[in-house]
Amino acid sequence: MTNGFRRVGDGRIGLDLAPEEGAVLRGLVEQLLELMEALPAGDPGLAELGISESTEAPEDPALARLFPDGYRDDPDAAGEFRRYTESGLRDGKREAAETVLKGLAETKIVLDDVQAHAWLRCLNDLRLTLGTRLEVTEDFYERAEELDWDDPRYALYAVYDWLGLLQDTLVRSLW
Amino acid sequence: MTAPAPVEVERPETVERLDVPWIAIVWNDPINLMSYVTYVFQKVFGYGKAKAEKLMLDVHHKGRAVVANGTREEMERDVEILHSYGLWATVKKDD
Repeated sequence: MTNGFRRVGDGRIGLDLAPEEGAVLRGLVEQLLELMEALPAGDPGLAELGISESTEAPEDPALARLFPDGYRDDPDAAGEFRRYTESGLRDGKREAAETVLKGLAETKIVLDDVQAHAWLRCLNDLRLTLGTRLEVTEDFYERAEELDWDDPRYALYAVYDWLGLLQDTLVRSLW
Repeated sequence: MTAPAPVEVERPETVERLDVPWIAIVWNDPINLMSYVTYVFQKVFGYGKAKAEKLMLDVHHKGRAVVANGTREEMERDVEILHSYGLWATVKKDD
């Protein structure tokens, strides 16, 4: 199993993945890309400026966590904020996910600073998505320990935990 | 040299004053790693590690923390960047 990310000199960051680990990660990123498909185009002139017609938080809880409201108790301001930001945020997250997919073409992965930050954000998006699906709470580890091996959530918990370890080694390599 | 005589203008109360501060708040969530949140505060705001760590712990223990203040536009920009990193952040007019 991988030891996670590490500095490899020249400001670069390396990651060795077993082929099956790479396959798991690729599957997750592909699902994330599907989930974050682009918003309906709306007015083409405005779309070019990154302004969409989206003013409501997404119904899917994972998407709502990836693209949260920018205002808490002011639905109008939250709607306006979303109209001006969500489309660009979606593009940025999709771009980060594409960078990870490209990197996964190898099992010995070497990233420059820009790529490493794309991986960092994408790993976080994956954890947000999976964590929301699993309804993760602060007592994640206590709950995970109580799961039986044959519980269908067991594998997802294990993947979620593994993504956390990976992300943590990446943060520590960037520090 | 001359200067125009000052004209008294009544400032309508509904006009938003530019010097009224706005704040960006980050809310606690059970998913984001403590190390990651600290790193994002350093990266986005240029805070030193100690300050970033203290803010992260405030979020963790108190449920939220004010991470920046400035004009409304600046705070919206900051919150947009924090959303790009997956932090749960909102804009608010300072009380």
